[in-house]
Amino acid sequence: MKVLVPVKRVVDANVKVRVKGDGSGVELANVKMAMNPFDEIAVEEAIRLKDAGKVEEIIVVSIGPAQAQETLRTALAMGADRAILVKTDETAEPLGVAKVLKGVVDAEKPGLVILGKQAIDDDANQTGQMLAALLGWAQGTFASKVEINGDKAKVTREVDGGLQTIDLKMPAIVTVDLRLNQPRYASLPNIMKAKKKPLDEKSAADFGADLKPRLKVVKTEEPGGRKAGVKVKDVAELVSSLKSAGVI
Amino acid sequence: MEDFDDHKDIREAVRKLCEQFPGEYWRKADAERAYPAEFVKALTDAGYLATLIPEEYGGSGLTLSAAAAVLEEVQRAGCNGAACHAQMYVMGTVLRHGNESQKEKYLPKVASGELRLQAFGVTEPTSGTDTSSIRTFAKREGDHYVVNGQKIWTSRAEYSDLMILLARTTPKDQVAKRTDGLSVFIVDMQEAKKAGLTIRPIRTMMNHSTTEVFFDNVKVPAENLVGEEGKGFRYILSGMNAERILIAAECVGDAKWLIEKASNYAKDRNVFGRPIGANQGIQFPIARAYANMRAAELMVREATRLYESGKDCGAEANMAKMLAADASNEAANACIQTHGGFGFAEEYDVERKFRETRLYQVAPISTNLILSYLSEHVLGMPRSY
Repeated sequence: MKVLVPVKRVVDANVKVRVKGDGSGVELANVKMAMNPFDEIAVEEAIRLKDAGKVEEIIVVSIGPAQAQETLRTALAMGADRAILVKTDETAEPLGVAKVLKGVVDAEKPGLVILGKQAIDDDANQTGQMLAALLGWAQGTFASKVEINGDKAKVTREVDGGLQTIDLKMPAIVTVDLRLNQPRYASLPNIMKAKKKPLDEKSAADFGADLKPRLKVVKTEEPGGRKAGVKVKDVAELVSSLKSAGVI
Repeated sequence: MEDFDDHKDIREAVRKLCEQFPGEYWRKADAERAYPAEFVKALTDAGYLATLIPEEYGGSGLTLSAAAAVLEEVQRAGCNGAACHAQMYVMGTVLRHGNESQKEKYLPKVASGELRLQAFGVTEPTSGTDTSSIRTFAKREGDHYVVNGQKIWTSRAEYSDLMILLARTTPKDQVAKRTDGLSVFIVDMQEAKKAGLTIRPIRTMMNHSTTEVFFDNVKVPAENLVGEEGKGFRYILSGMNAERILIAAECVGDAKWLIEKASNYAKDRNVFGRPIGANQGIQFPIARAYANMRAAELMVREATRLYESGKDCGAEANMAKMLAADASNEAANACIQTHGGFGFAEEYDVERKFRETRLYQVAPISTNLILSYLSEHVLGMPRSY
């Protein structure tokens, strides 16, 4: 079975993001970029499935600018087999991306698509679900455990109030949550090997899709700073100040 | 801070690895004077310590600039590569001057980490940089040598399986040149510890696992002689440029960590209603340290370029080491000063880095000796020592 892992290049999680002067988005110039952490977990899970003999080939795909190649090389260095870059300078939006991914799925025929539940830049949490709808496949979102048995995938999902375990009929889409695994870091020999692994460059049109923006960003602003709290002496004062604040 | 070279992928991956070893890990090791075994294992398992070992012996066969990038990133992440940096380059003596059977016997196991070759026995208590005056003597007796003597400042000896040892094989008064009559041996320390080799740790101002090593009739098989008897001094010298460049890269990494730490603190810390970094008295020392770090970084790159193209880089390697050690020391000073009292608190990691990076003004060669080298060999002034 082939597994397809879409990965996104996003602002590094350790970077303090700044809103652009015109409010059209966040500053990306000279900002450190990295693979979306949830996607890293997805790549790791695919590699573990391969190590367990459940998967023969891992294909990583990224939809983004030329620099997304670096992100794909990172995935190849972790252990993916080959990569596809769908090059675009448009902002990648969930529906456009899902449509391209459907084209990639049609071309590659994977038995499983594993991806991050969301990207940490726009936190949309839509791509996996939209892709499942476009393909008419089963989906297991927010996975904290994935087991593949023949044509069934057993996915444990992190839902409000606990864990839910579902059986999916393959082929299927799995979106991964934070606690699924701890991604490995690439070893030096694997970084060197990754340089020689195939990386195909394509366009959205090659997969019969387009990435024209369907959404319009009206405004981007920084969250307001937290206001200082007040200290109270005892429970009585706490209760009375909560009452005077009108919250109880 | 931007990266200025081609090893971006390696740098990224090293950073990622180092994230698993935050300040607390190093503070704990420092307080206990413990060897950071988990960190060394992670670097070994990921193949970084075998960067320079050719592929045919199980390494990655990369050039010095890749190794420099690895070590720079380790320091830049606040970790301390001194625990294992020698595993990267001490093997160079075997690689360049050893025979085929020595290379086949040792290098693959050094590459995998099964054998740790990170002890370098040169310096002695009575002869610091005056290497030709060392007294440790290896006397040939049949199919082995018998070694007697003492080494000092032998870092990581307790955590090494093999040592590259420099010893006299012909007394100084019987050789034409005082640098003749010295030989290099591969000492199996695990075997030697059973008969005649004693290691005594020396507690120092930082966690560096340094020791003194005593040889009392230690038998070393004759097959462990590297190259020709009596030519060891040259073999040791040939490895020193690589060592200087790699240590310089570590200092650049330290300087980057310290400068980033200092400038971040200067931006965040508010006193008298504004960030302390708004004061030029705070800004300028940090900016100057940055400029000096960048200059040192360029010299490291120049020395690396010469080394990789097979040209003589003695002066550049030495200058790179001196300038980088000066830059990291300056950055450490600016960083602790910027932090005020907090710079002395262990939990900020600044005082630890301050202590760690201070070493490189002294080791592996003291700044004065570099200046003497430049005066004599580059500028043609009289030898001063």
